[in-house]
Amino acid sequence: MTGQSSAVHVRSLAKTYGRLTAVRDLDLDIGYGEIFAILGPNGAGKSTTIEILEGHRKRDSGHVCVLGEDPGTAGSSWRAKIGIVLQEASDFGMLTVSETVQMFAKCYGKARVPEEVLELAGLGSVSGARVRTLSGGQRRRLDVALGIIGMPQLVFLDEPTTGFDPEARRQFWDLIKLLAADGTTVLLTTHYLEEAATLADRVAVIAGGRLVAVDSPAKLTGHVSTAATVQWREGDELHVEETDHPTDLIRQRSKDGAELAQLTVTRPTLEDAYLQLIGLA
Amino acid sequence: MAVNHIESASPTQHRVAESAVRPPSSLRIGLSRVVPELKMFFRRPEQLGLTFSMPAVICILLGSIFATKMPHSETSTGAVIAASMLAYGILSTSFINLGIGIAADRETGALKRLRGTPATASSYFVGKISLVAVASLAEAIVLLSVGVLVFKLRLPTDVFGWFTLAWVFLLGIVSCSLLGIFVSNFASNAVSAAVITNGPAVGLQFVSGTYVPLILLPTWMLTLGSIFPVKWMAQGFRSVLLPSNMAVYEPAGSWEHWQTFSVLTAWSIGGLVACLSVFRWSDRT
Repeated sequence: MTGQSSAVHVRSLAKTYGRLTAVRDLDLDIGYGEIFAILGPNGAGKSTTIEILEGHRKRDSGHVCVLGEDPGTAGSSWRAKIGIVLQEASDFGMLTVSETVQMFAKCYGKARVPEEVLELAGLGSVSGARVRTLSGGQRRRLDVALGIIGMPQLVFLDEPTTGFDPEARRQFWDLIKLLAADGTTVLLTTHYLEEAATLADRVAVIAGGRLVAVDSPAKLTGHVSTAATVQWREGDELHVEETDHPTDLIRQRSKDGAELAQLTVTRPTLEDAYLQLIGLA
Repeated sequence: MAVNHIESASPTQHRVAESAVRPPSSLRIGLSRVVPELKMFFRRPEQLGLTFSMPAVICILLGSIFATKMPHSETSTGAVIAASMLAYGILSTSFINLGIGIAADRETGALKRLRGTPATASSYFVGKISLVAVASLAEAIVLLSVGVLVFKLRLPTDVFGWFTLAWVFLLGIVSCSLLGIFVSNFASNAVSAAVITNGPAVGLQFVSGTYVPLILLPTWMLTLGSIFPVKWMAQGFRSVLLPSNMAVYEPAGSWEHWQTFSVLTAWSIGGLVACLSVFRWSDRT
């Protein structure tokens, strides 16, 4: 039943490497058609989690169901339904971009047209180039092209924009949005807050191998203190007060008509919420 | 009410239904990888140079150093070495090529990427085995040309000779390929794979009679060499490329075809079992 209602269903997932606990007691539910981000600092267990869901890594314990099957035992029919965008591959350098995509298209019973995938990924102009001559950004676009060539229902992206400049990152986000527009479920990991906020319908924040919050980016701030910070200066003294009623506080302080010098009122940003969730603030 | 079922399906449902088509068989996926594997191999000039010129160059050098005739015969020592050198050629295109190639595929992520598709380990090996077959055939043609043109080797003139050449060649490729696949599992990257394949390969040349005729080897070397496939491949090639009276220079005084067949078959079966039990897709668990 769980496999029918959600694309990814995880309960009590645990994985240790020797004495290092990578993931513990992790629960996840990702619906069909959702763009879901796993957000966390380096070493939080993001890659371990996504690799277990991809079937690339064995888990120690817990229940995992991806597209209705256990990734640990699923066969080639299951792998035809998923698409994996690798994190740091440098393979097939001697083939051309187009040869590489064509080769992978033949792994699937039904595949997208290689030329169309290359256009979609923005690689149409370099389809005849050897893969090893591609720039870092183009290389990752090829990784995406290979990940979606088999028309997957679920695409995994593990830290897809690490090492990108801001411009390349924005272009890459547009590509991901394009993918998701046809109903493909997307699961990505990232340590960039902005990336999760821009792309994801829902974000799971994990730290120390544990899930600390799951919600839409807008609602994540609700998981932490929402008090406003009011700050102003009186003479040489800087006043900082946290309050749930900033308007009242300012009215009190300025009722004699005094101007509050350098007055600011701030609310926690998503970044503040994130830092607080992962225990850094 | 008439409803066009295809029209009524939403684009997403339609797409999902299509992707539920059964993936092609392992063999078909494997065959689709043959041409790309060959392209990747033949597009690396440095690798090509090493694989094809090394055995040929060493053959010419050693054959020219040992230019004298074998005692009481009309056959030069160079011809004996040239015939034996075919075994080194096969070792190079199968054992070394696969040992390094598979470790590199693991290092670059090629294997991991393939693991995420409907391709199976068998699909991967269909591509690799075809690559080895083509590369080994090309190597054999290079070395036979050198042997015939420089050292006056005579190609077999009867069906039995060609038959022997064929099965020694085939069993040699199979056993050495499987050993290469096996060894690749112990390399953490392509560089360490180059060390753990080339190292044993050079050692084997000396104890297997490809660099130096067997009659010159001390007994312990001959014993050591007789354990491994290279000595038997080389002996099998000599049996068809040298005059039949040269059998007296073999350790047993005869070509020992049955022993050659048995040893190469045993290594092939053992290699297959070993590969099936240790092959891994990636460095991770």
